[in-house]
Amino acid sequence: MDLIPSPSQTVGPFFHLGLTAMFDGILATPDAKGEHIRLICRVFDGDGVPVPDAMIELWQADAEGKYHHPDDPHKTIDPAFRGFGRVASSEDGSCVFETIRPGRVPSLLAPNLKGTLQAPHLNISVFARGVLKRLATRIYFSGDPANAEDPVLALVPADRRDTLMAQPNGEHPGSWKFDVHLCGEHETVFFDV
Amino acid sequence: MANVTPYRRHALSSQPSSLYEPYRSTVRRAPSKPLVFLPHTISEVTGPVYGHSDLSESDSDLTRQHSGEPLGERIIVSGRVLDDNGHPLPHTLIEIWQANAAGRYLHVKDNHPAPLDPNFTGAGRALTDANGFYKFVTVKPGAYPWKNHPNAWRPAHIHFSLLGPAFATRLITQMYFPGDPLFAFDPIFQSVPDEKARERLIARFDLETTQPEWALGYQFNIVLRGREATPFET
Repeated sequence: MDLIPSPSQTVGPFFHLGLTAMFDGILATPDAKGEHIRLICRVFDGDGVPVPDAMIELWQADAEGKYHHPDDPHKTIDPAFRGFGRVASSEDGSCVFETIRPGRVPSLLAPNLKGTLQAPHLNISVFARGVLKRLATRIYFSGDPANAEDPVLALVPADRRDTLMAQPNGEHPGSWKFDVHLCGEHETVFFDV
Repeated sequence: MANVTPYRRHALSSQPSSLYEPYRSTVRRAPSKPLVFLPHTISEVTGPVYGHSDLSESDSDLTRQHSGEPLGERIIVSGRVLDDNGHPLPHTLIEIWQANAAGRYLHVKDNHPAPLDPNFTGAGRALTDANGFYKFVTVKPGAYPWKNHPNAWRPAHIHFSLLGPAFATRLITQMYFPGDPLFAFDPIFQSVPDEKARERLIARFDLETTQPEWALGYQFNIVLRGREATPFET
C-alpha cells in the first residue's frame, strides 16, 4: 500500500495554546553527564527582523552519542537526559535551551560510510506563522575539530557551512548562540530530511 | 548489529512549497535557496517517543476541562494514524488546538471581536492505541477573520501536531470540515498543490461514530511517512 501522506500546514500564530504545556527547553537536567551548555537560538525573517511567533524543537544524542530511542542500537541512556525540547520564541525571536553538548553518533549514511562518526550536532525544527512546512536543519559547534570529517557538513556548500555553526556566546562560559535566518542574505542552510 | 532504515520521501505535490505568495507571510519567511538533500542517519530515524503516558481523560475531551460545558456544536473527532505503507502507528502523541465555536482562540494575540468561552480552552492531547486509533471530543470551531487579504476568513479547522516515531516523521497539519465554502478562498488550504492530498486534510462526516442525541462524528485519518523497503546494514 502507498497512501497519500498528510500535507503539512502552518503552525499558525496561536500554537502556544496547544504545544507549549507538555514540553520545555530542558533537554538535560543538572544531573546529566556531559558538558552542560545553554543554547540561545534566535529566529529572523528575510528582512533581519526577529520572529516573535516561531517555535523551535531540538532533538539530540546524549554525551556519549546515544539517542533516547529504540532504534538506536545502544540501549543504555543517561536517565537525567531527555534529548528533546520545544520552546516558543519570545518577542526578540529567541528560544533558550538547557542541555549538554552531544557526543558523536555513527554516520550510517550508506554502506561505504560504515564506521565513520558524525560531528556533535543537534537536530532542529523551526515552525512559525508563514512557514507552511517544518524547516529542518542542524546545529554544529564552531571550532569542533570533528566538523572537518562530518559527512553531512560535507554535503553543504563550503561557503554556507558557517550558517550551521553555533558560536560561543561572548564572555559567558558554556553559553552558545545559534541564529536561524529563514531567508535573505544570511539564509540558513535547511535540509531536505 | 542494528539497521537504519530510511523514511520514504514524499511526492512534492503532496506538500506545500515553503513559498506560496497568496499566503503573504510566506514571502519573508520561506527559504529562497534549495534544500540540501540529507540521507537519513541515526539522527533522522530517531525521535522523542518517551514520556507521553501521563495523559488523563480530560486531555482528549475538550468539553470537560472546566466546570461547565462549552457552547457550540459538540463533535467527536476520531480516526487512525498510519504510515504511508498502511501500517498503524501505535502509542503516538497527538496534540491539537483550535478556536472556540465563535471563532475565537484563547490567546493574547487573537483580537477577533468574538466572545471567549469560559468553559473552553481549545487544547487537547491523546495517544493512539495499539492499533493506531485516537479519539477527541470537542466543539466545532468557528471560522475567523485574518488580515492576509481583504475580507479574508479561515475555514473552520483544528490544528494537529504529531511527532511520529522519528525526527523525519514530524508533522504539523490542520483538519478541515467537509463542504466548507471558504476552501476556495483560503491560501493555506490551497497551498497544497495536489487535489487528492488536499482532500486528505478534510475530515469525513461519519454517522457510525455519531452518537444519537449527543454529538456528530467526524473521521480524520493522518498519514505519516513510512519506511523504505530496504534497510542499510550498519
